[in-house]
Amino acid sequence: MISSRGERISRAVILVALALFGVVPLVSLLTTALTPQGSLPQGLVWPSNPQWQNFADAWTAANFLRLLESSCLIVLGVVPIALALATLAGYALAQFRVPGGRVIYVAFLIGLTLPAESLITPLYYDLQSMGLLGSRLAVVIPEIALLMPFGVFWMRAHFSNSELALTEAARIDGANRWQTFARIHLPLATPAWSALAILYFLATWNQYLLPLVLISDPSNRTMAGGLGAFQGQYGDNIQLLCAGSLIIIAPSLIVFLVFQRSFVRALLAGAVK
Amino acid sequence: MPRSGVSRGRSRTDWRALLWVVPALAVYAAFVLFPLLQSLQYSFYDWDGIGTATWAGFDNWASLFTNPELLHAIANAFVLILFYTLIPIVLGLIAAALVRQVRPGPFGTVTRVALFVPQVIPLVAAGIAWSWLYSQSGLVNQFLSAMGLGSLARAWLGDFTFALPAVGVIGVWVMLGFCTVLLLSGMGKIDPSLYEAARLDGAGSVAEFFAVTLPGLRQELVVCVTFTMIAALTSFDIIQVSTQGGPGYQTLVPGVAVYRLAFLDQNIGQASALAIFLTLMVLAIIIPVQQLRRVR
Repeated sequence: MISSRGERISRAVILVALALFGVVPLVSLLTTALTPQGSLPQGLVWPSNPQWQNFADAWTAANFLRLLESSCLIVLGVVPIALALATLAGYALAQFRVPGGRVIYVAFLIGLTLPAESLITPLYYDLQSMGLLGSRLAVVIPEIALLMPFGVFWMRAHFSNSELALTEAARIDGANRWQTFARIHLPLATPAWSALAILYFLATWNQYLLPLVLISDPSNRTMAGGLGAFQGQYGDNIQLLCAGSLIIIAPSLIVFLVFQRSFVRALLAGAVK
Repeated sequence: MPRSGVSRGRSRTDWRALLWVVPALAVYAAFVLFPLLQSLQYSFYDWDGIGTATWAGFDNWASLFTNPELLHAIANAFVLILFYTLIPIVLGLIAAALVRQVRPGPFGTVTRVALFVPQVIPLVAAGIAWSWLYSQSGLVNQFLSAMGLGSLARAWLGDFTFALPAVGVIGVWVMLGFCTVLLLSGMGKIDPSLYEAARLDGAGSVAEFFAVTLPGLRQELVVCVTFTMIAALTSFDIIQVSTQGGPGYQTLVPGVAVYRLAFLDQNIGQASALAIFLTLMVLAIIIPVQQLRRVR
């Protein structure tokens, strides 16, 4: 593309400004986290004497080891089950004539728009009467339910595009429905379900409202839920707060950066379907 | 074994196929659809969560339209649409158009990743990061002082006029990357010959944008609008962490109001009426938007 020097420069300036808008708040978290505790951090300069100790202090102060363990337990409870249920349902809705399938699919679609706020109050009292309130299951089960609509929608969209010829070939070879699914369609759908697994991980890891309401002991919550309580306790120690925030951001950020390419591609493919 | 596999079993109702769907449907029905109906039921009662509930008729619903605090919360949700939806889409269109003009390489990739990062981090952390940026001694005020605009400095999130726009900017920050990346991929799918045709017709780059790019992005724009509008109307995390709805109720939104009514004020009926109203509001806005997707 032919463009003048001026155009090229203004284009670069705008893009750099937008990119800075994206990263400056996070960079500011980092530079602040590294200043001495109790000082008033100035600007975005790299501290002359970076206090990496602040991360260790935040780690112990918030009992992050406990939170990390708790988050992992919640994620391990949610992601595999949600993934399995959504994949099975999405596959069946795409490939079989499920009785009432149309209605079921619409019911799931409505769930895509339902705000968690509209369920949280009854959930609290339902889980209380089940005796689950305060346990991690109180977050795991509703979180699986909340993740169903998107997963079913996503996997159904994927399996609707699967080659019918493959199903036919498998059937002629004598494979039953389960074998056709498990040996042919599931392996072929690896990009779709692995992207869904990443999305499920991020959604669960970042979940705030459910743990806040349903688990009163902050150390049994997810990292994000625990951070809220940490903010209440250490709100005036800005260095610890910034360090704590970065500790919580790190896993999400790492997962995103590692899977960035495939993640964005899959997300885009799914979004436009 | 019958040979015509396609039609086999299709004439009879395929009950066993239901087995594949039932687990997902059961957990969804029990922990999403059923509580939703319970919310609807609660909305017609007065209940403190402990004692006996008493029938309240439409009282809780009526006060949605008379209680100034709740009205404010609903109005704020619509103001946030401006920040969560309109600004990110406009900026996203600009960013995407510019990234496309840059030769493929690290610069474009870095910009894309830098813009997308806010989308994947916990919103709670975003709220904390921005609370610090907006504080009296935070980066925003330092920047203003450095520009010689120190007189404008203030504690942004505590300011009655600026708290809501300030929270809105956090929304722009979170949503911009998603919109940019989605619009960018949409632009990549537009048939280049359309651009050539427009250029032959003598269209400038602005005319070309409105005649070719924008119509070509219909699908992506609908997805952006849907996703960001739901996020705006149901926002909770960022506001609960950064302002808790304050100062006064300047940044109160329905999500935070539901939480406060249900779990701090123990006014379950009112919380539920607002929650169901919020749900209806989302559906009333999102369903018409989906129709735009089909028109070609």
